[in-house]
Amino acid sequence: MAQAMGFFTDTTVCIGCKACEVACKEWNQLPAENGGVRELSGDSYDNTRKLDGIHWRHVRFIEQFKGPYDGRWLMMSDVCKHCVQAGCLEVCPTGAIIRTQFDTVVIQSDVCNGCRACIAACPFGVIDINPVSGTAQKCTLCYDRLQVGLEPACSKACPTDSIQFGAISELRTRAEKRVAQLKSQGVDAELYGASPTGPLGGLNSFYLLVDKPEVYGLPRHPELPTQNLRKSAGLSVASAAVLGVLALVGLRKRRMDEHAAAGGPGGTSHAS
Amino acid sequence: MPPDTFFSGAPHWTWFIIPYFFVGGLSGGAYFLAALLEWFGHAEDRPVVRTGYDVAAIGIIVSGALLTIDLGKPLRFWHMLFQSANFPTIMFKGWSPISFGAWAILVCGLFAVLSALGARAEEGRLQSAALRAVGGAVRGGVAKLVTGVGGLLGLFVAGYTGVLLSVTNRPIWADSPWLGALFLVSGVSTGAAALIVFAPGRGATTRSLEWLSSFDTRALVAELLVLVLFIVSLGAVNRVWLSFWGLLLVVGVLALGILWPLRLHAKRAPVGQAARLVLLGGFLLRVATMLASEGIDRYRVAGGM
Repeated sequence: MAQAMGFFTDTTVCIGCKACEVACKEWNQLPAENGGVRELSGDSYDNTRKLDGIHWRHVRFIEQFKGPYDGRWLMMSDVCKHCVQAGCLEVCPTGAIIRTQFDTVVIQSDVCNGCRACIAACPFGVIDINPVSGTAQKCTLCYDRLQVGLEPACSKACPTDSIQFGAISELRTRAEKRVAQLKSQGVDAELYGASPTGPLGGLNSFYLLVDKPEVYGLPRHPELPTQNLRKSAGLSVASAAVLGVLALVGLRKRRMDEHAAAGGPGGTSHAS
Repeated sequence: MPPDTFFSGAPHWTWFIIPYFFVGGLSGGAYFLAALLEWFGHAEDRPVVRTGYDVAAIGIIVSGALLTIDLGKPLRFWHMLFQSANFPTIMFKGWSPISFGAWAILVCGLFAVLSALGARAEEGRLQSAALRAVGGAVRGGVAKLVTGVGGLLGLFVAGYTGVLLSVTNRPIWADSPWLGALFLVSGVSTGAAALIVFAPGRGATTRSLEWLSSFDTRALVAELLVLVLFIVSLGAVNRVWLSFWGLLLVVGVLALGILWPLRLHAKRAPVGQAARLVLLGGFLLRVATMLASEGIDRYRVAGGM
């Protein structure tokens, strides 16, 4: 396998220009929403609002204002996390979701049948159906570009290097240095998803945050969906066994009642 | 801050999947009960057994159709069974309930159709010579084997849908380990109710119906217990029920679907009345649990504060 590749997104230098969103849409030929007629969100300067089947990049605007002169903007270019242990890949019943030689996670649109199991499995709400293809879609980390030695369209377009593309090991080193630099300046910065011993075995798209993960719409402890399998299946088997016993006990009671009514074990029975 | 499941996206499993979960559960439950009566029942239970096989066969075929129609690409339904690039290599993931379930529906459906053909051959209701030959072969020991395996698969089909929902990252579904058990018990309970409703048309005796009714009473008590455990296990997530779906759960599922039928059983009311309410409750259980979760999409902190 080639080196694990991914993104390190430093949210402190994101200016919310959405060049990454545009570059992603353009390179991947993603359709416009509502036939190009934009609906304004009405409560934010961010009108994309979320990742979905036709928005594989989304610059999230977090507008923290207590008053007109008391607040701050947080901006984060969000994308598929290309989890080292990917829930979507685990549950996909068609084998449409694969792990590539770059350790990224890609949905093969010609294999996906649109069952949407991956949408419910993703802890980050990244995947959705592309209404044009009828299949589940998300960021491919520009798999086609990576195969010919190009960097992904979004990071190429990012004017502030908020989105940095590279080998994961190198990105982690760079991210740790940046956190140390920010902390020395009194900024309360932390990395999200950078640790290979953290949730999901680490994220191949990880972030530098300056507030709680939840503020950025990220779960604090993302988990694999199959962690629930053993317990849920076990309780189902146990309840099935209870029902089976209840049914058999009921049948036996009926037979005994009939025997009793017929005058004991020697009486007539209705055995099939 | 909300639980981690609130950050996931809704899969839009709604008006094809909800009836599929209901019909699949009911069919699997009916098949399980019919198989039990095939193995351990009386000769007078045969009308119930035959009804159970018909309900299972028709129900599982309908389930498969609903599941297929719901796909974004329905013509690719076979991608769940075979590797599309390496046909006919099997596509199967034992740790993915949706993959396991696709195979279970296919195999259980085949067994249910065989059982139904056997039952119809027994009644002399098959016109086609080919079907008569197949149905005629499913008798005696073969019938017991087919229904034994099929009945267990039916139980799986009745319960795997709840496990499928648990193996996600969605609110409610992934927040409790009891959903699989709840759907299974409800599936078997609605299966018994369906037999009570349909079997009289095939000549079921009062004693057979009384046994079904008595079993359904016990299944409803079990369902009540599992429902309570399900709600308790949700903990803080229970605030999602402060909505129309909570009202539906309490009134439609708990009161109308469980407590009222139990009262009717206790009063020895005609068994059909309670059975119809159990069917309604089973359907509403799936509506409430599915749509309460579907209504929650990608949590956003208001104003980022």
